[in-house]
Order: sequence, then structure tokens, then C-alpha cells
Amino acid sequence: MVGDARKLRLLVGKVGLDGHDRGAKIIARAFRDAGFEVIYTGLHQTPEQVVATAIQEDVDAVSLSILSGAHNYLFPRVIELLRERGGEDIAVFGGGIVPDEDIPGLLATGVKAVFTPGASTESVVEWVRAHIPLRALG
Amino acid sequence: MNDGRPKGARNERPIAFTTVSDLPIERLYTGKDLGPDWSPAERLGEPGEFPYTRGIHPTMYRGRLWTMRQFAGFGSAEHTNERFHYLLEHGQTGLSTAFDLPTLMGRDSDDALARGEVGREGVAVDTLADMEILFRGIPLDRVSTSMTINAPAAVIFCMYLAVAEKQGIPSAALEGTLQNDILKEYIAQKEWIYPPRPSMRIITDLMAFCSREVPKWNTISISGYHIREAGSTAVQELAFTLADGIAYVQAGIDAGLSVDDFAPRLSFFFNSHNDFFEEIAKLRAARRIWAHVMRDRFGTTSPRSLKLRFHTQTAGCSLTAQQPLNNVARVTVQALAAVLGGTQSLHTDSFDEALALPSEQAVTVALRTQQILAEESGVVNTVDPLGGSYFVEALTDRVEADALAYIRRIDEMGGMIAAIERGFPQKEIADASYHYQRQVDRGEKTIVGVNRYAVEGQGKPEILKIGEDVEQAQLARLAATRAGRDAARWTRALEKLRADAVSGANLIPAMLECVRAYASVQEISQALVPAFGTYQEVSVL
Repeated sequence: MVGDARKLRLLVGKVGLDGHDRGAKIIARAFRDAGFEVIYTGLHQTPEQVVATAIQEDVDAVSLSILSGAHNYLFPRVIELLRERGGEDIAVFGGGIVPDEDIPGLLATGVKAVFTPGASTESVVEWVRAHIPLRALG
Repeated sequence: MNDGRPKGARNERPIAFTTVSDLPIERLYTGKDLGPDWSPAERLGEPGEFPYTRGIHPTMYRGRLWTMRQFAGFGSAEHTNERFHYLLEHGQTGLSTAFDLPTLMGRDSDDALARGEVGREGVAVDTLADMEILFRGIPLDRVSTSMTINAPAAVIFCMYLAVAEKQGIPSAALEGTLQNDILKEYIAQKEWIYPPRPSMRIITDLMAFCSREVPKWNTISISGYHIREAGSTAVQELAFTLADGIAYVQAGIDAGLSVDDFAPRLSFFFNSHNDFFEEIAKLRAARRIWAHVMRDRFGTTSPRSLKLRFHTQTAGCSLTAQQPLNNVARVTVQALAAVLGGTQSLHTDSFDEALALPSEQAVTVALRTQQILAEESGVVNTVDPLGGSYFVEALTDRVEADALAYIRRIDEMGGMIAAIERGFPQKEIADASYHYQRQVDRGEKTIVGVNRYAVEGQGKPEILKIGEDVEQAQLARLAATRAGRDAARWTRALEKLRADAVSGANLIPAMLECVRAYASVQEISQALVPAFGTYQEVSVL
């Protein structure tokens, strides 16, 4: 594969039991319209399943949509599993209903960004272009 | 000068005059918009008479106000029981229960997928032991209880029956509503266990059981709410909900039930979004379409089967985390639309819901909003005050026609179950939701405080947090219940349920015995999997 010509590959994941997939689907389409390759996991994935898909699909980043309130468990768990399985250079970011005071704690665990309600799809796409580099694939 | 706009439009602002769902709205409506054949007798009728466009009761709110029913549920059964008592003491007239995600998916609190989610978005219920605490001190013959539960609805309903048994209350005295609308789960809310067709059997079993044993219970609340929250238009919400209703009625008839034995216990649940007149038109059109469907398609003339009764909730998805007090104004407009649309009961959202579960202060303001509409605004004094408005009638006709076009397409696919299996409603909603988001991003649709009039660094209100201790306490109670139950009775009860799933017997009596034996939601739900299988969604983007 010619590294320079490769498109950014993003996994859009719904993790946990939360069935609210409106945001995940919107962001997946916005990423696709922005020219990224998008892998959408579908609903009700465990952190293990999301991480397995991310590694198998050689994605550059994992974006999680969480509206269930379980973000303080699920984000760090996905990061931990990525590290364990050799995907430590895969960036993790996401969005959902996340109270402001929880965001510094999530960033400290290695989450690159957390987008909350009201963020425009353009602002998320711009952030991805600025902050998610193409990984060197082995 | 010609700027490309219609004559006279030069004096108008250069924006698209459309509803939030993008229906075009004209500058002025007159009798011409209704067409030469438009007959009030045929299109409207009298309130309380076919086709019920003006309402299902002749006196509407002069006779009885809508039920003010605030959805509540969080943390442990003890927390939610406390909130129930608080709401009843403050004048609420019905209970409405929110369950946590593991419960909604038929999973126990100690299941691996439940980690981090126990008690977070609703109350955790694993066994009858939790349900006994949830309704402690609440005489079940004196309240009506709504329970928002779908895939494991029959299990939770059996728990409610078992609590009533323990209180010494006959099942015939129980009043309430089970959401039990599995079709909209596949379409929008996405909390399922089994595939659609076996799920329909549980529902028809429950309809048959209730028509004999719990005659005052609303067995299904056919829900557009979640369809709208998933991003549908108003027309899609209406069409997909009524198409689901048609599928349930057909399933009941196919199961050998007589339509007038179960149809009167079907109720509906709609969203009330920001676009005031579009919502009113939607609710009026809903009644008219349903009355025609029940009469013309299912051949009933019983008014109890023809009348579409519904609950309304204001639109959670319209609320903003930014400048949260603005949500009080949104909820007021939405609640007023629901009332002018003739709702039978109403939940008003709390202003802090885009941030977290509602605080007690926010819940109180939401309830007070309803009380102000009911007792100060004067809108309850007359029936269907907007009936006969050229605009409202033209918009009602438009929404009805567009919804009927969708229903015809779904019929052509072989009905709603077939449409779901091919991803049709899912795709339509995803398209509408993306279209709207793009309009918001481009500033074509306004969200005050988000894409216009935004301010930086505003204060946030106090929000309710669910501690980690809830999960630990729930796990401890579940373990204690498992250790303390009669193992032989538990085994026998689950074996009987497995056998009935295969034999085709009505599942509810065996399920009730499982509940009495303190079998858990997951144990009971899983007992049906060998016969029913599990559902895997084909994701449509």
C-alpha cells in the first residue's frame, strides 16, 4: 500500500448496552462525506469487540459514542485493551452526554478529545484532520 | 424588480419557511387550501365521534384533565421508590418507571455487559425482590403505573402482578401501561433480545392474558417517541408508529383474538417537538388515520377500538446542554402543542436532561409547567380550540396524506416486520437525521444557544450523579436473592417456561411462576432463547 495516498481509517463504535445510535450514525456519515474510510461497529459491542475490530481493521483512530453515562468505565477500558493488544498508537476520542467535570479525568486516561452535544459535525471533522495522523502500518 | 422569489415575497425575510421536519409553509391559508370537497362533518366530526380529529371525548379537558405523568427511575429501587413518593406528594397522578439499560436488554446487573451501566439511566431490576422495594408503600390499586420496558416487558409485568398479589390486590383492579412495543426497538430504540417474529408471540400472549386477567391494563404503548428521538421527521414518526400499530392488531387477529377484545387496550405514545403547529397537526391526523384503519381495515365499529388514546412526552432531543434554562421555554411550547393536540397524558422533560438525569428542582419545574398550562393558561376551557383554522386543518391534511403514503409503501413491502427486516424505516430515519444535522451545521435551522446566540463559559446547574455504590449494592442484593430462593421451585418454574416456549402454550402463566420463584430477568429471558433465538441488527448507515 502506498502510505501517502492512504485515506484516514476511522472506527465509529457503540460500546455497552446503549442503543442511542443517532449521533454515531451522523458522525459516521460526516466522516465518510469528509473522505475518510469509516468502519461502523453497530450496536452493543463490548470493549473487547471494539478493540479487536480496531486492530483487525488497522484503523488510525477509534471514536466512541456514549450516551449511557458509562463513559468513565468504557473509555479507559478501551484504551487499556488497545495497549494490551499492541494498538497503543491508535488514538481514542469520542462524544456523547458527558458532564464537563468528567472530561479532564477522561483526557488524563488518554482520551484525545470529548465532544459534547452541540458540537457541529464540521468541528469534529476539522479536529480529526488536525489531530489524527495516519499510522505507520506494519 | 425580480429577485426570483414569488410575487409579494420581497417583503419577506429571505429564509425558507418550513417546519422543523422541512414541510413547506405558505404565507397565508384560506378556505382554498382545504379544497372544494373539504367537509367538516367528514374530516372532523364532533369531538368524541368518528373520526375523532377533534379529540376522543366530547368534553375533553372540561371533563377530565390529562394525566400528569413524569417518567422517573434511577439508581436503586430504594432511590426510585423515594422519587415516586415525592412525585405523588406533589400532585402527580400516575407513576412512570424508567429501567436501566441492563434491565431493558434483559440482562442482570452482574452480567459482563452491564458493567458501568447499573442504575445509571433508570432503576436496576433483577428479581421480584427489587420490584417489591420499588413499589413499597404504594397501593397498586390506587395508582396507574406506566412501565417503559420492551424486550423483557412480559417479565417485568409479571413482577408487577406478583407485587400486587403480595399486597392482596386482584389483578383486575390494576391500571397502567406497559410500553411493550418491540417493533420500534428494531426501528429506533435498539434494545432487543429475540428476532421480531418470536417477539410478536410474547406480545400476543400478553394481550390474550390481559384481556382475561388484567382488563384495565394497556398492553402496548405503540411508540413514536423514540422514532422521533432517533431523528425522524414528524411524518415518519406518525407513519411508522401507526404501521407498527397495524402490525400489532394484525398479529392479535392472526393469533385468534377478537379485535374488540384487545384493541381498546392499545395506546400510543408520541413525541412533542419544537414545531408547534406541525405537532398539533400530527396528533390530530393520528386520531383520524387510526379511526379509519380500525374501521376500514379491521372492520370494527366499536368506539373503544376506533379511538386513538395517547401519551405525549416533550422532545428530549430538542433540549440543549448549552444555556439549559432555555429548555423550560422549549418544554412549555411543546407541552402546549401536546395539550392542543388532545393528549391523554403528558411527561414534560426537565431542563437539565441534556446534561444528566433530572435533579429534583428540574423535575418540579417540569411538573409545574403542566400545572400552569392546566390551571392558569385557560387552554383547557374549550375542546380543540384550533379546529377549523385554515392553516391547522390544511397542515393536518398534509401530514395525514404524507403518512398514508408511507403506510402504503410499508404495506407493499409486506407490512412493518418485513420493512424492518429490510432496514427500510431505519434508513429513512438515518437519512432524515443526517439531513437535519447538516441544516443545523449550515445554520439553516436554528438552535438557540447552540448555533445562534451562543455564549462562552456559562454556568451549569447542579446535576444528579449516580454513585458507583449503586452497582455494588445491587450486585449484593442479587447475590443474596439467588442464595435465598427455593432452588427446586426455581428449577421447576424455568423448565415449565422452556417447555411452553416450544409447545406454543401462552407463556405468561409460566413466566409469572418464574417471577414468584425469584428467577431473574436474565434467567427468564434466556430460557426463551433456545426456542426463539437472538437478534443481530444489519446496521444501515
